[in-house]
Amino acid sequence: MFDQFDALLLARFQFAFTVSFHFIFPAFSIGLASYLAVLEGLWLWTGREVYLNLFKYWLKIFALAFAMGVVSGIVMSYQFGTNWAVFSDKAGPIIGPLMAYEVMTAFFLEAGFLGIMLFGMGRVGRRLHFAATLAVAVGTFISAFWILSANSWMQTPVGYLVNEAGQFVPQDWWAIIFNPSFPYRLVHTVMAAYLTTALVVGGVGAWHLLRDRANKGARVMFSMAMGMVALVAPLQILAGDMHGLNTLEHQPAKVMAMEGHFESHPDGAPLILFGIPDQEAGTVRNAIAIPKASSLILKHDPNAPLNGLDTVDRAEWPYVPVVFWSFRIMVGLGFLMLGLGAASLLARVRGRLYDWRSLHWLALSMAPSGFVAVIAGWVTTEVGRQPFTVYGLLKTAASASPLEAPAVATSLLTFIVVYFIVFGAGTGYILKLMGKPPHHGETGPEAGPDHPIRAAGITPAPAVDPNRTLAPRAKKWPRFFAKTMRPSKKGASDSIPKVESTFGSDALGAET
Amino acid sequence: MTAFLDLPTLWAFIIAFAVFAYVVMDGFDLGIGILFPFFEPGPERDSAMNSVAPVWDGNETWLVLGGGGLMAAFPLAYAIILPALYAPIIAMVLALIFRGVAFEFRWRDPGHRRYWDFAFTTGSIVATLAQGITLGALLQGIEVEGRAYAGGWWDWLTPFSLLVGFSLVIGYALLGATWLVMKTEGAAQDHSYRLAGKLALGLIACIGVVSASTPFLSAAYYERWFDWPQVLFTAQVPLLVALCSGALLVGLARRWEYWPFLLTLALFALCLLGLGISMFPHVVPSAVTIHDAAAPHASLAFMLVGASVLLPIILTYTGYSYWVFRGKTGPEGYH
Repeated sequence: MFDQFDALLLARFQFAFTVSFHFIFPAFSIGLASYLAVLEGLWLWTGREVYLNLFKYWLKIFALAFAMGVVSGIVMSYQFGTNWAVFSDKAGPIIGPLMAYEVMTAFFLEAGFLGIMLFGMGRVGRRLHFAATLAVAVGTFISAFWILSANSWMQTPVGYLVNEAGQFVPQDWWAIIFNPSFPYRLVHTVMAAYLTTALVVGGVGAWHLLRDRANKGARVMFSMAMGMVALVAPLQILAGDMHGLNTLEHQPAKVMAMEGHFESHPDGAPLILFGIPDQEAGTVRNAIAIPKASSLILKHDPNAPLNGLDTVDRAEWPYVPVVFWSFRIMVGLGFLMLGLGAASLLARVRGRLYDWRSLHWLALSMAPSGFVAVIAGWVTTEVGRQPFTVYGLLKTAASASPLEAPAVATSLLTFIVVYFIVFGAGTGYILKLMGKPPHHGETGPEAGPDHPIRAAGITPAPAVDPNRTLAPRAKKWPRFFAKTMRPSKKGASDSIPKVESTFGSDALGAET
Repeated sequence: MTAFLDLPTLWAFIIAFAVFAYVVMDGFDLGIGILFPFFEPGPERDSAMNSVAPVWDGNETWLVLGGGGLMAAFPLAYAIILPALYAPIIAMVLALIFRGVAFEFRWRDPGHRRYWDFAFTTGSIVATLAQGITLGALLQGIEVEGRAYAGGWWDWLTPFSLLVGFSLVIGYALLGATWLVMKTEGAAQDHSYRLAGKLALGLIACIGVVSASTPFLSAAYYERWFDWPQVLFTAQVPLLVALCSGALLVGLARRWEYWPFLLTLALFALCLLGLGISMFPHVVPSAVTIHDAAAPHASLAFMLVGASVLLPIILTYTGYSYWVFRGKTGPEGYH
């Protein structure tokens, strides 16, 4: 067993660990950035204050998630070189430019406008602020476009030549970017990000509805999130099915592993629901299967023949148990999400969306399920590509840096320790923010005259208090990120620096 | 002209520009982190943190462009340099994690603020040291065999690389101090002036020592700098360094608000120019030139189309973002 723990395996584990950790944050921030843009847009359009409150509520959470996404992403951009040097040398001419475009079109856009989005409400006009929010949302989407193009090319490589140094040389960029699996992967992943965010928002809304079903902010976010789940969950299952058919066409061995088909089935393959795959023996033990259903799903014909891994060279098998189980976790959660969406529709039709406590408990318990499904899907597709980094062309074993096991082991341990400290704390802070209800009349623990005004970086916001917005001073919109919604003590509010702005004040006045 | 400005050369300049943009912008962010323990807890620290909170993220993106650009334009160099500098690079990315999240976390949890302040400082110092050591190790040469790194795992650790690392810490700290001279007022500004004065002397000494020892690392460097008649051109660099150093010291003494920062930037630009004179056209000194390492023409051309359109746009809105957050920052900031 221990001879398996060589530098290659450690490097693979390190990559899997860092990429899975990283992927959580973009999966959340792609959806959340769009949600924030929708909230701010709705606020500007309708002038309803609840949208502004929700915008600010989720913006604080977005800031934390985004910062963690950025720093864990930097790790990824350097890890290609440190741990996968041969891959970088050979695939760099194709993967490199795609990632460089990601940096130039997406990262700078997000980072450049994030400052204005987070801190600029008092400094720029409301249209411009909305434009900054949109820029960040579009940036996250563009980022997904390029990184999924790069990843899809590694799964279904086309449009290249190989030169004498063994490097992949781009021949047709159009074909490379829009490679055969890219459209499916992009749609499936972006929808996964939207679903993930909707489940989190819905879970937070449900939590606050369980405590106070009159909370306006909680009602709006729960309703919006459940609408999103009801809409996207069925679409996502459809997209996943199409992605599966595409994978069958281009990476049949991956589908064989997902389905647990070690053997070929010349007259209709069964759908194995559960079982214990045995890689050595090449069989699935204790399988519970529906006859012919796999052929029906994959070929739309119950009697269509389906090849198994016995048609593939054993040296090119992916590790079946991991692919088999991660796929089932993803699909199982997908159907649970479908059920949640359907239940919310039923509740909506009956007018019980805000009163049906079982639904709220279900939504709350499913809040993290998007993250689990996203990572399970990622594992399915990445482990399913093994033993290749560039499918069919470059073996993983031939991609690694000339590293020694102790060096990789040390860095791996450091990564694990640092990630758990930093991202553990970050998750804790995010949960703390989510634990606070999103409406007026709530006060964070750090507000009040006994605490410094800048405690937790948040300025008490008297102008958000409805009574104060009608006062003459209400024209002065104070600091952004106003978290404390309770009428502030006079002393505290008087000491707040006032920033002239066109943002927010009149709409708030109109609302109240 | 066409022979000189071929695609690999052009990309070498673009990547050098990205690295310089990173040093210019993240340099003062990291410098503020390095100087953090010298600031008073409370308003002074808060305003220092607030002066970079809205822009650090964009600043750090240049590092991603530098690394990503190197992989894209010179994949062979990326594949050799990164394993060779495994430890400092891993240390850098981990340190940048602490530095990056400290901005957000310290506001969210006053109870643990001093831990995040500590993480901010340590992260900044380690990241800077690692960057300096990386540069020093690159400059002293990397062992290459075929298309891969062939040296040991501790080759990067030498007195010279440590010297460069230390110098960069002083240099970033000076950038941070002169940035705060621009962005703060009152007691915080006085404090920054005092720090900047000491750091300026330190940096000038460091530049002197590093410059004096570099030509002796290899005969190639020595020839670059001292061959006649080239020395007539190369000698301009140390002359300009001396000129900028003098102006910097005068500017700090006379309390010109903006000049110390700009002159420190000029010193960094001159150091980069000096580095270019030493290394060009090698990307891994004495082993791999930019032409050996360059990606195929199709890759470089494809990226150049994007870069020539996008980089000016990026610079424009980055400039705009700085403009929005112009002026002095107070302790209550914009969080």
